[in-house]
Amino acid sequence: MYDFSPFIDSINSFFTSNFSPFWASVLLMLLLGVAILAFYAVLGLYLVYAERKICARMQNRIGPNRVGPLGLFQTIADLIKLLLKELIYIRNADGFLFNIAPFIVIVASIMAIGSIPFAKGLQAIDLNIGVLYILAISSMGVIGVLIAGWASNSKYSVIGAMRSGAQVISYELSVGLSLLCMIVFAGSMQLSDIITSQQDGWWLFKGHIPAFIAFVIYLIAGTAETNRGPFDLAEAESELTAGFHTEYSGIKFAFFFLAEYMNMFIIAAVATTIFLGGWLPFHIYNFTAFNTVMDYIPPVFWFFGKTAFIIYVMMWFKWTFPRLRIDQLLALEWKYLLPINLLNLVLISFLTLMKWHF
Amino acid sequence: MESYHLLTLFLTAVVLVGGAIIFSYYAAPYKPGTVKSEPYECGIPTEGPTWIQFHVGYYLFAIIYLIFDVETVFLYPWAVVMREVGLSAFIEVLIFLTILGLGLLYAWKKKALIWE
Repeated sequence: MYDFSPFIDSINSFFTSNFSPFWASVLLMLLLGVAILAFYAVLGLYLVYAERKICARMQNRIGPNRVGPLGLFQTIADLIKLLLKELIYIRNADGFLFNIAPFIVIVASIMAIGSIPFAKGLQAIDLNIGVLYILAISSMGVIGVLIAGWASNSKYSVIGAMRSGAQVISYELSVGLSLLCMIVFAGSMQLSDIITSQQDGWWLFKGHIPAFIAFVIYLIAGTAETNRGPFDLAEAESELTAGFHTEYSGIKFAFFFLAEYMNMFIIAAVATTIFLGGWLPFHIYNFTAFNTVMDYIPPVFWFFGKTAFIIYVMMWFKWTFPRLRIDQLLALEWKYLLPINLLNLVLISFLTLMKWHF
Repeated sequence: MESYHLLTLFLTAVVLVGGAIIFSYYAAPYKPGTVKSEPYECGIPTEGPTWIQFHVGYYLFAIIYLIFDVETVFLYPWAVVMREVGLSAFIEVLIFLTILGLGLLYAWKKKALIWE
């Protein structure tokens, strides 16, 4: 009903018929770049706003409410302020690495966003190894964090970067294995294929309890991978000032901040796509009247609704749980999540073998 | 077309960061000072080198991670064809995961998973 592929095709054919092949591809690249940039900027600014509002509600405050109605322009004002702040250079820092780190962090998050299916046909790159691609690209971000911490030549930064490295690589395993469980069910790594395999029910419901276990593990590990919530050891304010970005100022600091929120969005979007049926509407088996009403809601709203819910849950984690110690953090991953995940994988492949899932 | 899209996303990210940093470079004030360009350490002059050898615990976890991550990469192609291949794929992964689990158990018993 709401298929975006004719729309995308008409844009493609408009450019290819009116321009020479070279200019057509250049203009299409430009169009995609501008679209992604606008989406990225708006999403980043409003995720920060949402975090501040939700945090304020949980602490019984009002939150930003002065700039614009309900404080909606607060983050835009903050962005302008950060753009006009001095970029401080540390005397003994490694200049080249210090400057390259924000690039790596942002490149990793933008390239991962390109392969997320927002609606049918509304996806910049639909690779046949989509899940693997997202995992590979989003784990590049930790290199940027490590470089940032190491190049700053500050003790807080180095400790923060090392902690972040140990944490992200550990939880990378759990993220990968819990997604692997769902790949066994779906039988494909292409994100659009995984969504079509959920036409008759989301994997969270179709996969019985093992799918639910995988979903919970994915949420915990995903939160840890974004260096957020109870797992924010890398930038523990009360111990390490600001962790790996202590020495960054102005717009360079803003990019690290932005990347954290975009990584959270990516984690939530992948969870939506793989466990909660992506842009597919919520259906109740054989209840046609209800299903028809649900079909009228556009898929983009379904996608962003589900993603916003998962982002809300992750923010909820952050503002309710106290921070873990590093030994607790690593023990949680290696002694609990990893063995459970391996057993869960066996269970899920057994379910698939017996065709016990719906 | 899709290969162009990857390049486009990469260039978009570089243009975003580069453009913002260049804009900030010209728009923002620049007043360096000896105190300002010191690494931040709560106002105390920094003592000794920062780029030192680091705690061995991180190294141990990195090694175990490397083993498990490489094994996970082997599982991806298996996961895709699991449905079609059926029983033999299930038995194979059972053997594979048993070996992997023994590896984890070994690391656990050797106290490699304990942070000191």
